[in-house]
Amino acid sequence: MTKDFVLGWGVPLLYLLSAICFILGLKLLTKVRSARKGNAYATLGMLIAIVATLIKVGTVDYRWILGGLAAGTVLGLVSAMRVPMTSMPELVAVFNGLGGAASLLVALSTTWLRVIEQPTAPGPQPLMATLGGAGAVMVPLSILVGGVTLTGSVVAFLKLLGKFGYERPILLPARHLINFLLVGGALSAAAIFALVPLETPQVRELALVLTGVALLLGWLLVLPIGGADMPVVVSLLNSYSGVAAAAAGFVIDNTLLIIAGAMVGSAGLILTKIMCVAMNRSLLNVLVGGFGQGASSGPAEASEYVNVKSAGPEEAAMVLENATSVIIVPGYGLAVAQAQHAAKELSDLLIARGCEVRFAIHPVAGRMPGHMNVLLAEADVPYERLVEMDVINSDFRNTDVVIVLGANDVVNPAAATDPASPIFGMPILDAHQAQTVFVVKRSLGAGYAGVKNVLFERDNTVMLFGDAKAVLQGLATEVKAL
Amino acid sequence: MDATLVAIYVLVLATFVGFEIINKVPPTLHTPLMSGANAISGITIVGALAAATTAETSVSNILGGLAIMCATVNVVGGFLVTDRMLQMFGKKR
Repeated sequence: MTKDFVLGWGVPLLYLLSAICFILGLKLLTKVRSARKGNAYATLGMLIAIVATLIKVGTVDYRWILGGLAAGTVLGLVSAMRVPMTSMPELVAVFNGLGGAASLLVALSTTWLRVIEQPTAPGPQPLMATLGGAGAVMVPLSILVGGVTLTGSVVAFLKLLGKFGYERPILLPARHLINFLLVGGALSAAAIFALVPLETPQVRELALVLTGVALLLGWLLVLPIGGADMPVVVSLLNSYSGVAAAAAGFVIDNTLLIIAGAMVGSAGLILTKIMCVAMNRSLLNVLVGGFGQGASSGPAEASEYVNVKSAGPEEAAMVLENATSVIIVPGYGLAVAQAQHAAKELSDLLIARGCEVRFAIHPVAGRMPGHMNVLLAEADVPYERLVEMDVINSDFRNTDVVIVLGANDVVNPAAATDPASPIFGMPILDAHQAQTVFVVKRSLGAGYAGVKNVLFERDNTVMLFGDAKAVLQGLATEVKAL
Repeated sequence: MDATLVAIYVLVLATFVGFEIINKVPPTLHTPLMSGANAISGITIVGALAAATTAETSVSNILGGLAIMCATVNVVGGFLVTDRMLQMFGKKR
């Protein structure tokens, strides 16, 4: 086998095999039964791609490559193994940001190598001449999209952690104008980069300016979006990171990058749309930001609530004693308190007493769709006991007790009844229709969207104040003693 | 056909493939799917690997090495964490 054959046919065919693995992987990932296999296919595809690339690179100096691979593998392994299930959304945001950073860095590295360090043509040249037409368009695009993905993901990560701008989105004055000017500036810088012959120092400066603008833009674009919409933002940024990869594919003339990047880009966009539909919002509405500003008062304060009843575990257990049907509505509070095992324990105790127990899963409960399913599955709650919103909503009125576990906005009846509410129109779980509603919550503080929850004031609602795990363990102890 | 034109064909067709394979996804799988797709976007690693192939401590090599590191975290961490999530669904069966 000659070298030409390996490079001309072998490597490209391996890339094709890898692309097939990605397509099958993504397809299988959309069904619960086959999802794990899908992920394995995609992993295999990536492995094939990396091996093929190393064959293509051939015998070169491997110190930088091995250094990067080793450092990345250790960091990836450690973070993936050690981060608790409850923090998955944050981790996905971070990985996503790193994907954007990689595209940005590849574009910058290519620029430095081919334009500054080893110019392919003498004298000042436009990018058009050194990198070709596709490269001249795609290097700046890669820098822009990669940079926006990086800082956008960092802001999303910080918001998911609740560090800042969580309850109340941060709205700069004239933010639309600022963003508009930045995009305009970035595009003109990109055009100059591509078309105007530049001296080396100018290339360097322009590349850095473009990078800076991209980073600033990513930061500013996500800043005004409320914490409740972060899952949508992360999903959209995921789509962007695909676009950045496809752009990088044009720069280095690699078809696999284009295929995989384009697929992630469009699949991410569809997933983003599915998430928006679940929240009854349009994508544009999410991106313009400022969610929650309709309520001029901002986050609800405890003092705004009247007629709130609260009880301890003993009283609650006495109500549960006579219940024949119980629905548990989990939310982010369950994740924060790591209460999934305690919830499973209580549900088992109730089932042992002949009570029907189900979990009602709102499509956007938690910080990310499917967040609750992952946590409850971790605690071995059987899959059949998790019921989706559309299926379970008509059952609430025939249910004795609903236990709301750290969920808030997804059970707020104002979404259905109060047109002035910022969350009006969002589909909710009709928990309020049950005989008795126990709301387990640390305080009367506002939820995700920073909106007052009228459920707490209802006559059939009883608050069980405290950490979700502690309250559930208290309830379990009392139920055992019955 | 010009190579760039072929690349554009591939781009457009792959975009449609992406749209078509994701039509109905149960909410349970939204997070794992997002995480898995994100790991696939770490394919930039292919570009990164070719970006640092000499020994010298040049700007392009440093940037390339960093790119390899970021992409590797994205790939290794992404696939592993997706598997960890999906494992949770598998074990009750």
